[in-house]
This record gives sequence, C-alpha cells and structure tokens, in this order.
Amino acid sequence: MNDLSSLKAVDIVQKLSQNQITKEDVRGFFNKRITDLDPYIHSFVKVFTHLSPADTGLGIPIGIKDNICIKDEEITCASRILNGHRAVYDATVIGKLKQAGFLIMGTMNMDEFAFGSSTENSCYGPTRNPWDITRVPGGSSGGSAAAVAARLIPWALGSDTGGSIRQPASFCGVVGFKPTYGRVSRYGLIAFGSSLDQIGPLTTNFVDCAYLLNVICGHDPYDSTSAQVDVADFSKSLIDNVEGLKVGLPQEYFRQGLNSDIAKAIGEVAAVLKGRGAQITNISLPHTEYAVATYYIVGCSEASSNLQRFDGVKYGLRVKSSELLDMYKKTRGEGFGPESKRRIFLGTYSLSSGYYDAYYVRALKVRTLIKRDFEEAFKQVDVILTPTAPTCAFKIGEKAEDPLSMYLSDIYTISANLAGLPAVSFPCGFSKGSLPIGAQFIGRPFDEEILIRMGYTYQTVTDFHARIPLVTHG
Amino acid sequence: MIDLHIVEYIARLARIEVTEPEKEALRPQLSRILEYIDQLNVLSVEGIEPTKEPFLRENVFREDIAKNSERAEDILKNAPAVTDNHFRIPKVIG
Repeated sequence: MNDLSSLKAVDIVQKLSQNQITKEDVRGFFNKRITDLDPYIHSFVKVFTHLSPADTGLGIPIGIKDNICIKDEEITCASRILNGHRAVYDATVIGKLKQAGFLIMGTMNMDEFAFGSSTENSCYGPTRNPWDITRVPGGSSGGSAAAVAARLIPWALGSDTGGSIRQPASFCGVVGFKPTYGRVSRYGLIAFGSSLDQIGPLTTNFVDCAYLLNVICGHDPYDSTSAQVDVADFSKSLIDNVEGLKVGLPQEYFRQGLNSDIAKAIGEVAAVLKGRGAQITNISLPHTEYAVATYYIVGCSEASSNLQRFDGVKYGLRVKSSELLDMYKKTRGEGFGPESKRRIFLGTYSLSSGYYDAYYVRALKVRTLIKRDFEEAFKQVDVILTPTAPTCAFKIGEKAEDPLSMYLSDIYTISANLAGLPAVSFPCGFSKGSLPIGAQFIGRPFDEEILIRMGYTYQTVTDFHARIPLVTHG
Repeated sequence: MIDLHIVEYIARLARIEVTEPEKEALRPQLSRILEYIDQLNVLSVEGIEPTKEPFLRENVFREDIAKNSERAEDILKNAPAVTDNHFRIPKVIG
C-alpha cells in the first residue's frame, strides 16, 4: 500500500481520477491512520463507517467540523444540547463537496458552538495537539486542524468567527484559510456570530487550499449574506512570484506579549519574501488593542441571539418540566457548557436595556474604527503580514480557569473577522520547544488571490509545511 | 461590577437556570471580562457610524413564490415531543 501521508491532497485527487489508485485503497489508508492514531489525538467526533464507497463519487476523503450540516448525520456542535440531532439537509458547502466527488470521513471535534481557542470546551472531551499530546490543538476548529496535521485526513473544513480556523492551523502547523465575509455560503453552518462567521479550508499546503476554495466559494441564494461577487479560479493564483508586491508589517502586532521565537520567525518570513522581490514596509493599525474587547461584545451579542433557538422544543435535549418557561430554563441550564453560558450571559447583558448603547452600540462604532485602519493600510500595501497567535500551543488545562487569557490568544486573528477580510495562517517555523509557529497574511476584501500567491511563493522555498508530526504517547 | 442580582437578572433574560456554584463562578468571571471591555470607553466614538456587518448591503429579495417543501416529517424527526404534525410543549399558562 502506498504511503499517502506525504502526498498533497490534490495528488491523491489526481491519482483517483486517473485510476492509479482505488477509492477503497485511499479510504483504507486514512481509516487505518485514524484507527492507529486518533485514540491519542481525539480529533474526530464520529468516524463514518456506514457510507458505501461506491456511492460517493471519486472518493476524495475530507473531514467536516461538527457544526456544518451533513444530511441524515448527527450534528451537535460538540454540545449536549444538540445530543442526537440529525441534519435535515446538506449545507451548501457539503452539497458542493459531494458533487465534486468528496467522501466525508467523519465529523471533527470543536469547542462547543465554536466558543473557544483550545477545543477543550467540547462535550466529547479535548482534542490533543499531534506535535505534543499534552498540549491543545487550538480552537475552535481544533479537530480539523489536528487531523490534517497528523494526516488522518488530507484536508478538512472548519469555521472561523474570531480565528477559529487560523489559530488552530498555527498551533498544528497547517494552512488555515478564512475567506472574505460572504465568499462562502453559510447555509447549513450552525450560526455563532452572523456578522463574523465564515467557513474555510484547512490543508497542509497552498495548492490544496486553492483547490478546496475553488470547490466551496461562490454566491448562494440560500444565504442572503453571500456575496454576489465573481469568484476567480484560485489555481491561477499559484504563482511563484511576488516581485514588487507590497507587504505591510503592523507595528502594533509586535509589541509586548508576543513570544520571541514567533517574532523572530515572522521576521524570517518577511526576509524570505523580500528575497523574492517583495517590498516590506512598516505600517500602523492603531486600534488593534481594542479588537478583542470589541469582538467579545459583538460576537457574544450575536451568539446570545443565535442560541435562543436551542430551547428544547424543536431539536436536541429537552429536560422535562410541567411548565414551558421552566422547561426552557432547565434544558438550557443542563444543555449548555460553562463557556457557552458565559458568552450567552455576556451577550445578553450587552444587549439588555440600559447597557445596549454603552456596550453593544459602542463596540459597533469601534468596529468601524478598526475597519478604517485596514482601509488606510491597504492604500499603502497589498497584503499584511502578522503572527497568527502570540504563543505556540499551550498545555491542556493551562487557561481553563482564566477565560480572559484564553480570549487574548485570538488577539491577532479577530480584526480580520471584524473587518470581513480574507486571512490565512501558514506554518513558518518551529519554536525552541519544537512546536509549530504560524504566520498570517491579511488581504483586501475579495482578494483571496494575493494570499494564495504569497503563500505559494513562500512554500516553494521553505519546507515547514511538509513536516509531519510523529504522534507519540506517554 | 457584576453582583449576584445582575447574574440572576441575566439568567432570567437568557432563560438559563444556573446553580448557586455557577452563579458564584460567573460573577467574578463576568466582572473581569467587563472590566477588560471597559477599555473601549477611552475612545471617542462621537459621530462614528456603527458597523453591523463588514460590507454594506441592500436588502436581498427573492420572488414570492409559494412552494411546498414537504419537509415537515423530516423536521419533526428531531423534536423531543410531537403530536400529529406539531411540536408538543408543556403548558404555557399555569
């Protein structure tokens, strides 16, 4: 049996289309890796064993975060409150994947309702980082990132509301792409923050990233926030040339709190790009320090509203009571985990009479200031280069007692969601402790192409993305 | 500063039953988060328009065509309690 773990996903697609390998072999290979390694990583919520390979087109294996609807399959957002719920329809992205010949291998673990940065807030227990199983994989798409890093699946889909694709990609050493707000349909994605959420790919490299973006992007009449903007063929952006492109380094992203190994690694990314003819400029995004506070008001307000639908009436858990209001309270009290409760409380408070203007409306105004910072910056540069996260993967349990310190691990990723911009994290080195480091590119609205071009050029002269963790236990 | 009354008030608004230990934990956690969020008050936001969505959009309309999706049965499969073709709930008025 061929070792498929060092191949790009697109190479597997090609072998499948040219009948150089059977879909049973491909499925068998990845199933064996899942069986051997996932007991240590715990990246899957559920491995699908019941699908007949004969029914699934080409049979390109992929993993799907447990908040995207796959018809007739259980979908829980890693929450007790959705225990046993089966999707009634395919999300638009799932329909597109099925049409393109993908085989869904299973659902991937996540923080409950995507609330978290470590995949510890899951009713199924935490996912572990394949580079060091005593550490978190990041989150909330931690299952997707860990499984792709360990090559249990060649690629996966996640969702990103404040960094939930990019931060775990950086912790696990893979490429995690958040497209522009509106680029990918959210029909069938269980909503967290409706003005922030985007679905995106997690892959090991930019060639695969471009391929998967081509499959999932595009306008969808079933999602009224989906953008009516033409989608380029992203494979045409796989250009090994960044000559003359202007790259901005925002000074606010390199201040206190940034780990020194990471600061050094980002400096080396800039040097590599400069060596390939890019122009590196220092820029300023002056409202950066307000992004986390703004995000937690906006995101939690939207979440508290979106999560009202989990009430024990239509799906999932119901805690029995003889009276309706009491049934609601008991069901929600038992069904939601601690972080979900905190966020619903924070959002409910921000939207409550008397606090609405002081918190919610003020945060929306600061959001305008943050968005303007980027508009100004993109007058000077074509793309922004930053660290993805201030630290490498932290220990499981390390931030469990301190929700605020967990929130601050999204400090560099949140602004792209507030401003709706495309952004990608990609592997750019390893810390002294041998943990992956991620760098982030942020682009202009609907300019995914430049991010792919920059990343592709970087990966032609570096090999951090090609390293595979040796999963060990004990 | 969040006191226990406020925690209970939010719990009522959010329709979430919380235990005494949960209330005790939420009070300082929410206080600390809100203290952090208060840094937004140093900014002057006078005359700044709020951004509710990243990109301004006009209303999105579709043709108003009646369709029967015939999904009722599928949808009710997930419900904790069903009577005929309806969701069943406990009594509303005591």
